[in-house]
Amino acid sequence: MARSTRTLLVGLAVVGAGILLAALRVNPYVYFAGYVILQYVVIATAWNILGGYAGYVNFGTPAFFALGAYTAVFLIQSTRAPLPVLILAGGLVSGLLGLGIGYLTLRLRGVFFSIATLALSIVLQTMIINWEYVGGSRGLSVIRPSGPPFGSYVTFLFAVMVLLSVVAVTVARFIERSWVGRGLAALRDNEEAAECMGVPTLRLKLFATTVSGVLLGVAGAPFPYYVTFVEPTSAFNLDYAVNALAMPMIGGTTSWVGPVIGAVLLGTAQQLATVTISSEMNLFIVGVVLVAFVVLAPEGIVGLVRRVRGR
Amino acid sequence: MVAGLLLGGFYAAVSLGVSLIFGLLDIANIAQPAFVILGSYAAYVMNRSFGLDAILTGLLFTPVFYVLGAVVYRLYYESFERRGEESLRGLVFFFGVLFIIEVSLSLKYGVDYRLVEAAYIGKSIDLGGVGIAFRLLVPCLVGLAMTLALHLFLSRTFYGRAVMAVSQDRLALRLMGADPVRIKTIAFGVGIAAASLAGALLITIAPVVPSTDRDYIGRMFAITVLGGMGSIAGTLVAAVILGVAESLMSTFFGPSWSLAVSFGILLVALAVRPAGLLGR
Repeated sequence: MARSTRTLLVGLAVVGAGILLAALRVNPYVYFAGYVILQYVVIATAWNILGGYAGYVNFGTPAFFALGAYTAVFLIQSTRAPLPVLILAGGLVSGLLGLGIGYLTLRLRGVFFSIATLALSIVLQTMIINWEYVGGSRGLSVIRPSGPPFGSYVTFLFAVMVLLSVVAVTVARFIERSWVGRGLAALRDNEEAAECMGVPTLRLKLFATTVSGVLLGVAGAPFPYYVTFVEPTSAFNLDYAVNALAMPMIGGTTSWVGPVIGAVLLGTAQQLATVTISSEMNLFIVGVVLVAFVVLAPEGIVGLVRRVRGR
Repeated sequence: MVAGLLLGGFYAAVSLGVSLIFGLLDIANIAQPAFVILGSYAAYVMNRSFGLDAILTGLLFTPVFYVLGAVVYRLYYESFERRGEESLRGLVFFFGVLFIIEVSLSLKYGVDYRLVEAAYIGKSIDLGGVGIAFRLLVPCLVGLAMTLALHLFLSRTFYGRAVMAVSQDRLALRLMGADPVRIKTIAFGVGIAAASLAGALLITIAPVVPSTDRDYIGRMFAITVLGGMGSIAGTLVAAVILGVAESLMSTFFGPSWSLAVSFGILLVALAVRPAGLLGR
């Protein structure tokens, strides 16, 4: 009990620090960049629940993210719902998609699962492109509601993202430490053996895909207000897929710290590269770093640290 | 409909590499479309600077791509296969390679559409009232020739048979006095070499940008899975089905839906019958 209280306190402290930073009103670019990095913390953590703990590599991250974003767009268009409702609804819809993907794992494993998620992302994108109500292929401008609770709207969104990433990391940490995490690890290493040992593999997989989907949708829901102009190519960008995969891989997939480290490092590097060199360069960096890590340090930074410590 | 059939021949050419590498060797080379685009750019550069025909360039570059493929496979083998953790990390590895190739191309050549020039592009012949554009006919014929060549390679030559064998039983192959790793290197090289030619065909049919590869990931894997993993005849059948389905879809519902066809077929094929039409 004392342990979970401590976690709660640390979480609250981070949220408090975030709000404080939001209130400081430093250079507005810091919030813009910070939002993106934190968004990647949520995405990477969510991806890792399925990809790292359960060993199912999801290439369809953009589908879940954009589904969250477009759920928000739909609600803004129809009812002008407030932000918390958007986030909850985005998470719910993406979570349902995650549940569907979970049933797919009954038939598809390994590589086939990954390719199916990629296909899913493209099919969903085509549907959105042909759906005029949410902007179709031309995209749609979203007007931010006036009067955020504090600061400018971007600083407010930044603070929201701090909260969401704390929630995401806490969920991941909880899963990792509980029997659910051990069950997932068992099925990652050998699904048949786990099943034989009485691990409820289907239920665990459904749980992992759903939680992962919810968190990805939650990350996407504030996106329309952040960019104020939503179009399918940016919402369904394959960059999300490669980043969602690269960040945990770089940080280390077996622990909740891994994705956070990866997202902060890679996210910051990308933001710097976008400003100083070009936006294409940042994808190049991701590709090279990803390949380098997969080849040379498959356990990620966390694994490297552990190896050094163990010696 | 005719355009769809011709497109099918071309799709077969594009998918042969995946069929060979993914279908037979079980290596999830998701970077194959990027190698195809690389082939397109090779054809573009040679066409621009020396006026060489795109398809001829594609043919000339096959040895280069073969070596490239062999090097990539060696790297893959050393880092993953030998350690026995190939499937998922290997997939991630190829995903990274895909991005490296794509972004390198867009850094070097920008994101404008590139195309090649040849005498036969733009002309067409009239067959019983149906106009057939040479820019579709030529790639289709080359695609069919490639399919036939690969089929003959696999069924008639020693190395081809060894490739078929390595997908079935490595140990038995080793006992027969052949080195599985060498055989796989050869097969991987051949698969990538096919991408060189396929890329040349691609740029003959339509202008190319570095991110074109993303559209083809779905097509290639849809065709490979639908055709039955590693079946060359199945690849051709599935490619024609996909070509016809796509052109019908874009005639009746508009071009924005045509991409969904390949991925939709892929999803259904994966969910309903992973063994494919002519599966083993």
